Amino acid sequence: MRRWRYFGYRLLLALPVVFGILILNFFLIRLAPGDAASVLAGESGAATPEYTELLRAKFGLDRPLPEQFVAYILAALQFDLGFSFRNDAPVSELVVARLGPTVLLMITAYTFALSIGTLLGLLAAVARNTWRDAVISVATLICYATPGFWLGLMLIVIFSLHLGWFPTSGFENIAEGYEGWDRVLDVARHLAMPATALGLFYLALYTRVMRASMLEQTGMDYVVTARAKGQSERRIMFGHMLRNAFLPVLTMAGVQAGNLIGGSVVVETVFGWPGIGTLAFNALQSRDLNLLLGIFFISACLVVIINLIVEILTVFLDPRIQA
Amino acid sequence: MRAGLRRFARNRMALAGAFVIFCVVLLTVTAPFLFPQGAFSLAGQPLQPPSLRFPLGTDALGRDVAAGVAEGARTSLLIGISAALSAVLFGAAVGGVAGYYRGPIDLLLMRMTEFFQTIPAFLLAMLLVVILSPSLLSVIIAIAAVSWPGIARLVRGEFVALGGREFILASAGLGASGPRIIFRHLLPNCLSSIIAVGSLLVATAILLETGLAFLGLGDPNIMSWGLQISAGRVSLRSAWWVCTFPGIAILLTVLSINLIGDGLNEALNPRLRER
Amino acid sequence: MSGIVLDIQDLTIGLPAGADRSSAVQAMNLTLRAGEVTCLIGESGSGKSLAARAVLGLLPGPRVSVTSGRVLFEGQDLVSLSPREMAKIRGARIGMIFQEPMTALNPLHRIGRQIEEVFRIHTTLGATERRARVVKLLADVHLPDPEKIARSFPHQLSGGQRQRAMIAMALALDPKLLIADEPTTALDVTTQAQILHLIHELQREHGTAVLFITHDFGVVADIADHVAVLQKGVLVESGTRDAVLNTPQHPYTKTLLAAVPRLVVPDRPPATPGLVVLESVDVRKSYAAKGFFSRGRSTQALDGVSVQLHRGETLGLVGESGSGKSTLARAMTRLLPIDSGDVILMGEGITHLSTKAMRPYRRQVQMVFQDPYASLDPRQRVVDIISEGPIIHGTPPAEAHARARRLLGLVGLDPSAADRFPHEFSGGQRQRIGIARALAVEPDVLVADEPVSALDVSVQAQVLELLADIKAKLGISMLFVTHDLRVALQICDRIAVMRHGAIVELGPTAEIFAAPRHPYTRALFDAVPGAAWSQGAEILTPAE
Repeated sequence: MRRWRYFGYRLLLALPVVFGILILNFFLIRLAPGDAASVLAGESGAATPEYTELLRAKFGLDRPLPEQFVAYILAALQFDLGFSFRNDAPVSELVVARLGPTVLLMITAYTFALSIGTLLGLLAAVARNTWRDAVISVATLICYATPGFWLGLMLIVIFSLHLGWFPTSGFENIAEGYEGWDRVLDVARHLAMPATALGLFYLALYTRVMRASMLEQTGMDYVVTARAKGQSERRIMFGHMLRNAFLPVLTMAGVQAGNLIGGSVVVETVFGWPGIGTLAFNALQSRDLNLLLGIFFISACLVVIINLIVEILTVFLDPRIQA
Repeated sequence: MRAGLRRFARNRMALAGAFVIFCVVLLTVTAPFLFPQGAFSLAGQPLQPPSLRFPLGTDALGRDVAAGVAEGARTSLLIGISAALSAVLFGAAVGGVAGYYRGPIDLLLMRMTEFFQTIPAFLLAMLLVVILSPSLLSVIIAIAAVSWPGIARLVRGEFVALGGREFILASAGLGASGPRIIFRHLLPNCLSSIIAVGSLLVATAILLETGLAFLGLGDPNIMSWGLQISAGRVSLRSAWWVCTFPGIAILLTVLSINLIGDGLNEALNPRLRER
Repeated sequence: MSGIVLDIQDLTIGLPAGADRSSAVQAMNLTLRAGEVTCLIGESGSGKSLAARAVLGLLPGPRVSVTSGRVLFEGQDLVSLSPREMAKIRGARIGMIFQEPMTALNPLHRIGRQIEEVFRIHTTLGATERRARVVKLLADVHLPDPEKIARSFPHQLSGGQRQRAMIAMALALDPKLLIADEPTTALDVTTQAQILHLIHELQREHGTAVLFITHDFGVVADIADHVAVLQKGVLVESGTRDAVLNTPQHPYTKTLLAAVPRLVVPDRPPATPGLVVLESVDVRKSYAAKGFFSRGRSTQALDGVSVQLHRGETLGLVGESGSGKSTLARAMTRLLPIDSGDVILMGEGITHLSTKAMRPYRRQVQMVFQDPYASLDPRQRVVDIISEGPIIHGTPPAEAHARARRLLGLVGLDPSAADRFPHEFSGGQRQRIGIARALAVEPDVLVADEPVSALDVSVQAQVLELLADIKAKLGISMLFVTHDLRVALQICDRIAVMRHGAIVELGPTAEIFAAPRHPYTRALFDAVPGAAWSQGAEILTPAE
């Protein structure tokens, strides 16, 4: 019961963040040199004076700032994030249509990074100061320093161009018209490389955190207690230390959610993955500022949701956290 | 601090990192002499594989990839270090004020910090560069604007922890002023953590910078690694070297800075010394 | 005489190169018999905890290990056992409890599960049976509502309850030997008394041999049958409790015993009460509880406290943790803002002064803190630490530095200490530096917040002596915060006993000692470990 109230409280805390992004967006448009209407119109490629006037009226840009602000927020609350002239469609519609592939990519990358990262960190901590630890540490350091977009390109060179194992780009092979499990398999084949390119950096990060966290737990008193009970080292590790050590990794995963979305923008661009990253890149090319702001807003909402999920998981894993 | 540097010098990985960074710095200094014609100029036939004349090959426009890597090093280091430095200064100021004064101002500043930590940093940086129009300065501002929250939280945390320590109370009890406590006692005691984390920030800043440049958000008149890779993408199928070498340069630089940062952290942070 | 349970023969524990000595424990011999409590006593760094851990093979890592000797448990040498064989003995035939029950329990598992684990490891009992045994064990250690405790997480229990749960866990399989590593050090005196009583009761009931590690002779007097004294890894004396306490042979034991503050009021000329120098009037302070849902729930740290400190006297503030004694000390030095009430220094209200307006008053009241490791800035040289106060108040730096060097002599340190950093000093020396810092601004009032509780008993005596000495020499008034009644009796002219943020009893030390009026004061006196022995009674009645 208390737990659910706590979630409600966290949800409440998330609202100011969403609101904050709206405020930030509002001021970002006005930060641009020149007036907002010409930015919105000019960059969208059809900058006749009449058109700019039309925009000015539509966005209420001829009214005083506070009024504009209220209008902007009210519209946003109705999920009206404006119109993309370049794409001739409402921003919210455009973004929502692209959300699916991005979420799929993120979940895959997350799962991959968290599971393997935790495992490798555990392995490195157990085999501390042996060759296994050294190999894992060096590999982690390298992955931790590799930019995702470059890694993606290198994967394409090796696995697509030379070996021909995976397709270079896209979400699925529409021409083949796969259905059912064949389609799932096809999407998975397209997904493998982007998810690797995106996830490897985080895998390295979680490995590092997990290793350090495990080593920290080794020195804890409760481990000595478990040993004094006669518990075997194996069980101490899996029964006692693992969960304690995993908590910082989970926290880190929550903190990194925003960065993961940022990473997916570049990686999607490399692989032509039809998510909001590619959408953002196209908006960037055409300087479609309004669409970019919409993408920013919706990705931030996505981050807030991920943080909530992490929060819920943490509460289930750690009885100490409760109001 | 001196003992810390001695411990750092015993860390072979960190020393290796320092050596690589020394070489990169050397490269940026000697670039004008090694490649007097600059990275944008037409040097030879397009898409030549690595050879004696062009050790890293040429790109689709016939530009020398090696010259680009050398000039890109300067860009990356310049942006990485200035952005990290600005982020550290701003973050330390925010965190310091929050951690020293506590109360409502702490709550406000920390909510703000958490906000900036939650929102997708890379997207915000992208937006800022687009809005400010791509230039060296706007890239630095954008990266600094998304990198400071970590430092702010660190400094705030250290200030709060130290503030409860009795030597700070003793100072206050002697009648010390706020600035005296901050600059004589609090800052010197968390300087080593700030240095360690700040050096790691340089690495993240470089990764951000290359990412931005890859999307075409770098200063178009300045050569950078991200720009090189982005330009080499179109010829990926026929000329692997255009993309590969700048990427290796990024990897080596970022890796080395991380090694230095880890080394500093271990040497200056006594809690980690056991490991 | 009952059978030998544990026989430690020539045990030597090696330390890694670079430690202050080559072995933590040097050729130690100790015999434990069934049904008896053997106390291993020593100061910090004596190797007592490592000796205890060595018995269970719990030494930390490859760098610290048993280098020679045998540990015979029921005739079997534990040192030579394989890890697997050792694990069979741990928890089943030898139980262990630790100093800090909060960290010794896994924070993520329920109490019941952690105790049940012992049965899971060592028995084939079914789930229902195991759960029943857990509840019975919790009842045996006198925990209220054992069913509920079994379902609780460690952070939901009090320190005393956690330690009881630990004891239940250690005694789950009725082990022949219980190793207790300072099990009451982290607890308040009244809780300590209860836990000691519980250990004693269970140990007698089951005929368990107990190896009890402690630094407190009071605890020894209460619980021990045998005593072994460890000095820097060497066992210098062992024997029955009464023999060691009453007729110590080794000079080290004698020094230690002499340093233990007694539960008596020393003969002291009655203080002539001077004017009131520092006063609190109806001071209130509450801490808002953290968290969103706990609004309204807040702790009343100070609940209308009025107290007066007279010129030239030492007033003791005595209480257990959470009684508000430290809060009061900090409130009276204006290091902590208060909700209401007044702090009056030399007749002037200083409650609402700004930092700047407060500065001239700061030099009149100075504090000495508890933790000698946290109270000195690690990045400053000693001379800078001591001269900071005078420099703030306008003394030219050269003069302030010269005074700092002179003060080092006054607190019994070599003037050459001035140019070194705090980490180069021992705890006692650091506390002297802290005192010198306070004296540097020539205060009228010294507020000492548990100044000796982090120190070993022999060092404690020296620092107390220094404080008394300085007070007499400089005519300073002192507010002395302590949890230790024995220390309070030694040094204070008057004592204020605090509980739940209020003063429950206040009076001259001798009166309070002779006839405590408040039941809580009586309970505190009764809980002082080794109370009877401490009062100078020559021999204790046999524990049976």
